[in-house]
Amino acid sequence: MKVIGIILAGGQGTRLGVLTNILAKPAVPFGGKYRMIDFTLSNCVNSGINTVGVATQYMPHRLVEHLGIGKPWDLDIKGGGLHILPPYLSRSGTSWYRGTADAIYQNMEFLDRYKPDFVVVLSGDHIYKMDYNNMIDYHIEKDADCTIACMEVPVSEAQRFGIMVTDPFNKIVEFQEKPKNPKGTLASLGIYPLPLLDLHDESWKVYTQSEELPPAFIANNSEVIKSITSEGSEIYGTVENSVLFQGVTVAEGAVVKNSVLMNHVFVDKNSYIEQSIIAENAFIGKSVKIGVGKFAESKIDKKIYDSEISVIGFHSKITDGIEIGKNCVIDNYVDLSEYNIKQIKSGEGIIKQ
Amino acid sequence: MRVMGLILSGSSEDNLDKLTAKRTSAAVPVFGKYRAIDFTLSNMVNSGIINVGVLTQYNPRSLMDHLGSGKEWNLDRKRGGLFILQPFMSPENPKMHYEGTADALFQNLTYLRRSAEDFVLIGSGDHIYNTDYRDLFKFHVRNGADVTLLTKTVNKDFKLSDYGQVITDENNRVTKIYEKVPEHHSDKIFLGVYFMNKAFLMELLYANVPNGKYDLLLDIIIPNLSKLRVFSYDFNNYWRNIKKSVKEYYDTNMDILKKEIRDELFYTPDRTIYTKLRDSAPPKININAQIKNSFIADGCIINGVVKNSILSRDIFVGAGAVIEDSIVLQGSVVEEGGIIRKTIIDKNVRVRSGKKMESMGNEISLIEKGAII
Repeated sequence: MKVIGIILAGGQGTRLGVLTNILAKPAVPFGGKYRMIDFTLSNCVNSGINTVGVATQYMPHRLVEHLGIGKPWDLDIKGGGLHILPPYLSRSGTSWYRGTADAIYQNMEFLDRYKPDFVVVLSGDHIYKMDYNNMIDYHIEKDADCTIACMEVPVSEAQRFGIMVTDPFNKIVEFQEKPKNPKGTLASLGIYPLPLLDLHDESWKVYTQSEELPPAFIANNSEVIKSITSEGSEIYGTVENSVLFQGVTVAEGAVVKNSVLMNHVFVDKNSYIEQSIIAENAFIGKSVKIGVGKFAESKIDKKIYDSEISVIGFHSKITDGIEIGKNCVIDNYVDLSEYNIKQIKSGEGIIKQ
Repeated sequence: MRVMGLILSGSSEDNLDKLTAKRTSAAVPVFGKYRAIDFTLSNMVNSGIINVGVLTQYNPRSLMDHLGSGKEWNLDRKRGGLFILQPFMSPENPKMHYEGTADALFQNLTYLRRSAEDFVLIGSGDHIYNTDYRDLFKFHVRNGADVTLLTKTVNKDFKLSDYGQVITDENNRVTKIYEKVPEHHSDKIFLGVYFMNKAFLMELLYANVPNGKYDLLLDIIIPNLSKLRVFSYDFNNYWRNIKKSVKEYYDTNMDILKKEIRDELFYTPDRTIYTKLRDSAPPKININAQIKNSFIADGCIINGVVKNSILSRDIFVGAGAVIEDSIVLQGSVVEEGGIIRKTIIDKNVRVRSGKKMESMGNEISLIEKGAII
């Protein structure tokens, strides 16, 4: 029985705001050393699926660099392995992928080449662990045309999801998108709350392409409470309830609380960061404050920035002494020293045109 | 200039006690995620060497497992690559072991001959340092040397009787070497790294090894110092040989808690130290954990107290457990309330709930691989 996987990794991920301005959502860093696509990709190889196509479209550079020839996932093999499937030019003209089905349709040749018995269609931005064999076995057992992975959600939450209504034999008879009156509690695997995910599980490792860095150093006067620190981090300040990616430095006197600091973020002395996401290679100067004050509605985009979380984009520089409120957003590659400001109030931000 | 690398990866004569009961010294784990050989191997690769032979003899299993195809060092190549040179049996040579360094090279003359490189760099698998050898190569050629030895001017921290003391003239030409003598002759020690012309090395081997001269330094170089142009190239950055003693192994590991040494070994641009990856998740520091002045590798889950220590990958520290001034190697577990002070814990050890391991005085205790305390 031959199974191949197709991972849809071309979506824009507009709901992530500046975080997906310069890279595709599946390439967004997650969990201290991973990128989102690692989870689906690792599920594939851990399930014995060794031929995987990744359909890319939106901002693919970082994603393609991460995937390479599939080495970290043992997908650099003969007869199968990893295939990047970008939109392409053909005799009949050119077309972007107009949707998920179209992305697969345009790659029919890839499917035909491997003549699989089954195809697992996956999303590149889901965080979960799953043995697809169980699903494939179930599919065969039910003699189904198509099997959809669902998850039981509480009745009270069902309104937020796409709900599959099934008959007593689990055959899907109706699909309700965010229903007012849900007829069931089986949600399709779109976005759902994260169950406890054990990254330390030896039997189901999550593989990734990561930098070669030494272990994390936690200094004498530092304080690290309930956090994840990754290789190459150097912690001299206080870190509480946060996720630090590879190569992060938190200098003396700096405090990081309830935040996510992606790869190579540098937080200089005596800065204070709360409830923020700081994207890769951002530089936070001395005595900066981020995520302080009272919440205010976003003046930039209420739909995307709708929480207390402040976001600092990739490669941005926050100059010494600047104060940034809650629900703020600083675009990628912004150097605040070029702006004559001392403070960014809650709900405000800097978005490059 | 094309250079090939050879790494001598340890004999049974080392002073690491149980740490080398089941592995050769080159495969001894250091700094949480590395093995000793990573440094010399990465240095070679970072100096543009793409053909490396590793001479193994003593218990090579974990070394072989670590090196694999050489992929992590970009040595899984079509041209050059990584060669594991184990002793072997043949009609001319039924003894199945290497008598010494020169004999090891002599038995692998075919490999030397078949390699396209003109120069050979011979290093050792248990040295901890980060360098680019290319300045040494230039020095060798500029001086028209037959052999260039890597040397270091040391302070009193180094026990001179463990090393060869090197006397040079004003042009850095080596005039005398006192190998492992107790008296002080020179502050300059030989670091066990040789650089020479490949054809010349082969000539030396042909002339000496069949006459029972098996050691490259003692039997071939030292007796011929007046005839050969042997030069000393001084390397004066961080350098340690973990094979010298358990104390040296311990101190070397603890050195990584110093920022300037971390910066030199791991954060010098273009001189990354590579190692075999394990894909463990980043360390998880739970709510009751307390960590001070420590080096924590991926895969650790910490609920207790960790101070002045090096934790390798996949260590579990239970609530209320205390680890101080210690080195804990991969996969070990310290259960709730366990106490470890100034101890080296080898791989996959389980320290059961409430047990205590402490060193007396200056001694450092060592718990062997797989033990249950």
